[in-house]
Amino acid sequence: MNSQRQSSSYRSRILQPASERQPKSHPLTWRLRDDGQVVDLQDYEAKEGYVALRQVLEAGDPQAVIATMKEANVRGRGGAGFSAGLKWSLTMQGPDMPRGYIVCNADEMEPGTFKDRLLMEQQPHLLIEGMVLAAFANNARYGYIFLRGEYVESARVLAQALDEARQAGWLGSDIAGSGFDFDIALHTGAGRYICGEETALLNSLEGNRANPRAKPPFPGQSGAWGKPTVVNNVETLCNVPAVMLRGADWYQGLSGGRTEDGGTKLYGASGLVNRPGLWELPIGTTGREILDLAGGLRDGRQLKAWLPGGASTGFLLPDHLDLPLDFDTVGQEGSRLGTGLITVVTEEQSMVSLMRNLEEFFARESCGWCTPCRDGLPWAVRLLRALEQGEGQPGDIELLDKLAADCGPGLTFCAHAPGAAMPLQTALQHFRHEFEQGVQRPKGEAHADPIPVGEV
Amino acid sequence: MEPTQASHQQTIATDGFRLHPEDEAAIREEAGHYEQPQAACIEALKTVQRRHGWVPDDAIPAIARVLGVGPASVEGVATFYSLIFRQPVGRHVILVCDSSSCFLTGYDALRQVLSERLGIGLGETTADDRFTLLPGCCLGACDGGPAMMIGDDVYGPVTGEDLPGILEAYP
Repeated sequence: MNSQRQSSSYRSRILQPASERQPKSHPLTWRLRDDGQVVDLQDYEAKEGYVALRQVLEAGDPQAVIATMKEANVRGRGGAGFSAGLKWSLTMQGPDMPRGYIVCNADEMEPGTFKDRLLMEQQPHLLIEGMVLAAFANNARYGYIFLRGEYVESARVLAQALDEARQAGWLGSDIAGSGFDFDIALHTGAGRYICGEETALLNSLEGNRANPRAKPPFPGQSGAWGKPTVVNNVETLCNVPAVMLRGADWYQGLSGGRTEDGGTKLYGASGLVNRPGLWELPIGTTGREILDLAGGLRDGRQLKAWLPGGASTGFLLPDHLDLPLDFDTVGQEGSRLGTGLITVVTEEQSMVSLMRNLEEFFARESCGWCTPCRDGLPWAVRLLRALEQGEGQPGDIELLDKLAADCGPGLTFCAHAPGAAMPLQTALQHFRHEFEQGVQRPKGEAHADPIPVGEV
Repeated sequence: MEPTQASHQQTIATDGFRLHPEDEAAIREEAGHYEQPQAACIEALKTVQRRHGWVPDDAIPAIARVLGVGPASVEGVATFYSLIFRQPVGRHVILVCDSSSCFLTGYDALRQVLSERLGIGLGETTADDRFTLLPGCCLGACDGGPAMMIGDDVYGPVTGEDLPGILEAYP
């Protein structure tokens, strides 16, 4: 019994051995240990830890930090792909402005995504160093790590690392003798996917329901408690120390000419693949390369479709496997790179059932603030359930088209409903015949078991 | 479990809940981390939940008083977040991940085996108050799908064979 318990305990891990991860090619993961233990302060400092921060504080030029980030073009790794340097350059600063906040978006809840967990559970100081650098550049006086409540291990590791950093003088007043003051608190949530939306996150941080806020004003102008606030994803912030240490040109060169984007990306694969997992790879790596690393599909299954970066991205086809997975290329194909962690759908898995599952998720997680999302998504769920049972009515598919269109970008208060619409629209576009099969079945005729029940 | 206006008034009148002094101190300390004490609201609810297993209606005005905000603000938060429980739960809460990756790797079967073993459906608690079974949003363990959490522990991939051994560790 004991061994069974141990074997099914989940542990976050990277599938590349340490020997394959080098400082100049794997800035996010080269310090990670093969035994999966935490890179503590001593270990981190022995591996170039806090060197970038010391150099930046000695140079004493926040604007230079922002300029380097812009030049490196570090694009937001939470899924939106917005230039972090550009975001920072828009933070209100000046003698008349109060010092604001750095908020790390560690609310990793995008279905199919398990990357930030690894960075927080095994290498917390890289995130802390990235946050202090971001704070220095943006003149923030305090930082929060907004961590989803279910990441209990991340919370434990981060709390310990924050103590270590404080004791070593990397947090607190007069950091490294620079005169710069900054500290970080850990804020853990209590569920709800919408908290990952940056303005909903701010409402949640302030202790309110996580409804999104209208933009403008953007958080950089008026964020937490009305102060200038920068919200960045964990992986984005973890890129900052290496960019400061090795420069924008080096960062740009990491993609090796595969794409105009720079840097590396934590890519991953889940679904019925032989080796589901995570790898740090040059940005612009293709879906085929990632599936090869994942050992291909289980038991000779055939690939039908894939989500490139979570539930809120559009379905891609086997034909798309050789495209470089960067923000612009995937965007041009009617999808989004999103978080860059692939979800694989195999030939015999029903798109109707999968869409029903996805829309149940989005409907449940809607904050209920605006109508298309609150009322449209449950309606889509009802239609999809009927189609799944072979009880769809003529016109249902056209209605799904319309519901998805009405949830599109610009028609709702935040990106939640557009995120729900994108997989639905692409599924209807590429796999319409599967939905059509759900219409007008003779009563009583059973639908074939739509999703194989897996290995359980 | 959303209380009506009437039950709220009754709650304040009866005031049947006393915050544990340690919890009150912890909430006050947490509130000091923010510009406004309201920001400690979620942590306050979690603090009460850690001690009682759930958040009884009478705890709402008690928390509101400590934070210096209206009970409606606390109630609004307490009814929004899915990991704040507003009715009693078992000693161990099982969150079964029902998001896409787990759905594609065996969620339906795992939920079914769990239901059969425990004799309860989603949202229910076993008669001996040992387990409550709840659906969970993507647990970020997709490379270990199908995944679930019991209390603070994450399991995945979970097979039907593993399940008895896993459950045994939670008396």
